[in-house]
Amino acid sequence: MSLIEEIDFGTPRAKSNTMVTLTIDGKQISVPEGTSVMRAAMESGHQIPKLCATDMVDAFGSCRLCVVEIEGRAGTPASCTTPVLPGLVVHTQTDRLKKLRKGVMELYISDHPLDCLTCGANGDCELQDMAGAVGLRDVRYGYEGENHVFAKSNGEVNAAWMPKDESNPYFTYDPSKCIVCSRCVRACEEVQGTFALTISGRGFDSRVSPGMSESFLGSECVSCGACVQACPTATLTEKSVIEIGQPEHSVVTTCAYCGVGCAFKAEMRGEEVVRMVPYKDGKANRGHSCVKGRFAWGYTNHRERILNPMIRERIEDPWREVSWDEAFSFAADRMRGIQKKYGRDAIGGITSSRCTNEETYLVQKLIRAGFGNNNVDTCARVCHSPTGYGLSTTFGTSAGTQDFDSVEDTDVVVVIGANPASAHPVFASRLKKRLRQGAKLIVIDPRRTEMVELPHVKALHLPLMPGTNVAVMTALAHVIVTEGLANEAFVRERCDWNEFEEWAAFVAQANNSPEATAILTGVDPKDLREAARLYATGGNGAIYYGLGVTEHSQGSTTVIAIANLAMATGNIGRPGVGVNPLRGQNNVQGSCDMGSFPHELPGYRHISGDAVRDQFEALWNVKLNPEPGLRIPNMFDAAVEGTFMGIYVQGEDILQSDPNTKHVVAALSAMECVIVHDLFLNETANYAHVFLPGSSFLEKDGTFTNAERRIQRVRKVMTPKNGLADWEVTIGLAKAMGFEMSYSHPSEIMDEIAALTPTFAGVSYAKLDELGSVQWPCNEKAPEGTPVMHIDGFVRGKGKFVLTEYVATDERTGPRYPLLLTTGRILSQYNVGAQTRRTENVVWHAEDRLEIHPHDAEQRGVRDGDWVRLKSRAGETTLRAEITDRVAPGVVYTTFHHPDTQANVITTDYSDWATNCPEYKVTAVQISPSNGPSDWQKAYDAQARHSRRIAPAEAAE
Amino acid sequence: MSPDRLIYMANQIGTFFRSQGHDKAVPGIADHIKKFWDPRMKRAIFAHLDAGGVGLEPNVREALTSLKPTTSLPAAP
Repeated sequence: MSLIEEIDFGTPRAKSNTMVTLTIDGKQISVPEGTSVMRAAMESGHQIPKLCATDMVDAFGSCRLCVVEIEGRAGTPASCTTPVLPGLVVHTQTDRLKKLRKGVMELYISDHPLDCLTCGANGDCELQDMAGAVGLRDVRYGYEGENHVFAKSNGEVNAAWMPKDESNPYFTYDPSKCIVCSRCVRACEEVQGTFALTISGRGFDSRVSPGMSESFLGSECVSCGACVQACPTATLTEKSVIEIGQPEHSVVTTCAYCGVGCAFKAEMRGEEVVRMVPYKDGKANRGHSCVKGRFAWGYTNHRERILNPMIRERIEDPWREVSWDEAFSFAADRMRGIQKKYGRDAIGGITSSRCTNEETYLVQKLIRAGFGNNNVDTCARVCHSPTGYGLSTTFGTSAGTQDFDSVEDTDVVVVIGANPASAHPVFASRLKKRLRQGAKLIVIDPRRTEMVELPHVKALHLPLMPGTNVAVMTALAHVIVTEGLANEAFVRERCDWNEFEEWAAFVAQANNSPEATAILTGVDPKDLREAARLYATGGNGAIYYGLGVTEHSQGSTTVIAIANLAMATGNIGRPGVGVNPLRGQNNVQGSCDMGSFPHELPGYRHISGDAVRDQFEALWNVKLNPEPGLRIPNMFDAAVEGTFMGIYVQGEDILQSDPNTKHVVAALSAMECVIVHDLFLNETANYAHVFLPGSSFLEKDGTFTNAERRIQRVRKVMTPKNGLADWEVTIGLAKAMGFEMSYSHPSEIMDEIAALTPTFAGVSYAKLDELGSVQWPCNEKAPEGTPVMHIDGFVRGKGKFVLTEYVATDERTGPRYPLLLTTGRILSQYNVGAQTRRTENVVWHAEDRLEIHPHDAEQRGVRDGDWVRLKSRAGETTLRAEITDRVAPGVVYTTFHHPDTQANVITTDYSDWATNCPEYKVTAVQISPSNGPSDWQKAYDAQARHSRRIAPAEAAE
Repeated sequence: MSPDRLIYMANQIGTFFRSQGHDKAVPGIADHIKKFWDPRMKRAIFAHLDAGGVGLEPNVREALTSLKPTTSLPAAP
């Protein structure tokens, strides 16, 4: 194994279909029009020396190292900024060029330290490489003059020298090593779109400056790492590289955080990760990353990670470390005992959207075939289950319709109930790039999110009241229909015309107009009309949405309303358009595909279908139960009732992530066997009897499927620290329960999935290794996968319009609970925080805060930073207030990353009518000043501490 | 399971289908419950229906009445 070297072509790929032929160093080469001479040379195999150019950002032409000679032209143009032309004859190496380059390098090195041997970039420094490439042997200028290198110059303090900035926990900025190539500044602008960096000063005073000469941590920097990746010297270097040294081999794998599914090179030294570097051939991220995937992998070695299986009789007892076999047989005996006592349907399990497709498939197989019931569900229940219902009803499949590349062809972007800048940052960067090129943006969100305040982008923001999505979506449809903006030709060809007419008549009713609904939604009718016109007539319109759509009593209805809008305007079935659910976790799409829902087998086929069941029964050699099983909220209800008594939870913290914590506590406490399979003693484990240690994504093979349906490999780079990969743990538990599953490698599990699931028929590890990734459906009809869905017609045949009547949620504000709480995420933390809280990411977000409008705060005597009590009908907690007008009066907002805040003590049992997806996004609350933690928080903390005790191992005789 | 919660859920389903009119709503509700409710939930709501079905919206009651005879559930353990 060796380090995967990616070729840097110097300038980005040109998109033109017109080819241009030229001659470089005597070789003819054809490249797309718009390609730079530098890139053309690299493609023909000749590397022109360069420093300020890299193919992630546009050419800049500042270092003058990449000069070439072109026959018939005067001077020595920079090859990075010179586009190819037909018939050009280029020379990349002549006596004149050699002399010029050596002169340039000599100047660079005259203001650069010569500590190469002890430098963090030793072995990975482009400046060093270029000095070698141009044959620099001498620096005639000496180091006595003005410089940025030494703290003292000629005995005096050197005002031009700046100390290292080590404020960022993951990388250092050493200004003495900077050559002011601007690659970091341009990466921050062009790739990430944050504009945190600039060059301050002019000429010899030029410096890279985060914000207005702030520290990196104190600036607007979001720590995505694009600047570090772009830096050709040791100026910006990962602290892990400085500490460990250069990696010696690398393996391409997939990030285990959000649904974007970034491809990374895990750069290794032995079994130690040196750094994670985004992989340019990764089709989801195209070489970009965010602070989580790039840097926040330290949790895999965190001291709190549990590496041995543990059991206990009662949750009041301390944990006892045991062998795997003892843990499996203890768990199996309990689960079988429960079935004997309470019936076959009294146990179930939850698959994890953080685990691989193969692992998820095995858990649902264990439950359906081993437990003998269909009580399997997954965290998608609490996030995107309404997407599944809404899109399969209207289009025939729950899948998002596009790939991420599609955004490059979009003219109007509608973002609803999502904040990609925080929750899907790498997709957000790609989206922002398109917006800066001129695409229009509509944001429908109660809060003025980061998406509304993007640099150089003006968003049309519709700040609706939480819970009124359906009213707003139907009002948009009202405008489109009544103003004659619907795409009738598309609808006649692709959809059921009668259903469309019925729908059009419904939305056209006066009570659905923006003016009539404004009183509920709070949205200015003028803005709403403008948004509708823009989406319907502005070119390719694409809708991206998140949990602000789904996590409502009417979540499924809103998804249907979105699908209706896309069909009515013809925005389906080609690049640049579509309906795009932004999935939360890395493998939400995959866990749904793998049959994690209680009513359907892998491939979204209902369990009641005899033919489908026959197929699985034949291969699994068991009889399957034709009745759907319990969904997560139903499991809790049944547990409290006493008919659901045992659960196997893989990689999911239901206690922290599910609504109405008190109800979840009651349910878990009622159960006789709770098996938690995780990296850490999470909150759910406080109520568990068996703890099976999990393995991280670095320690196993498998696949994840991202939000654009892209199936990508997860590759093992180290031995599981707990001894077994998660798929092996499930097999062990199954075996102890008398259900044998034998696989020697996850690829064999994928082969079984492909054999049983038509949309996966063409997927194999061999194909993934060959193509890098495929998007399902991948089968005979689409052997290389399907980037865009519904191209020639909808999966279900005709697109189906469904009426979407707005019905207010039963969670109402009133005199006792006058404010509406809505919840969301922040960039540096991930969901329940089990991973990110165990990394340095806590420097950005150490606690959840309550955002409250100055007006509401003033009325309650709350000042910025004060502790406040947040109370709903379900419960109460305390946290500190942040006063901001990002939220409207009457609305408060918080994140849910920290267990000591327990935002879900507040959220209620209300849920989506179709899928029971909880209504996290609307809770009526009251705020009052507070002195500190609530009684609930104190009691919870005491129980958690008590429950996490591990009995000391007995000394060997 | 607690009939109150199930009645609430069933009525919520009924509310979505309300705008489609009685003739589409009744089979729509029945189909939804058939597809997504586990046997103990179905048993409980049918038991509630047999006990008078207090609190069920008319369309929902009709849907459950039509669904019950076509559903063969394993006996409660």
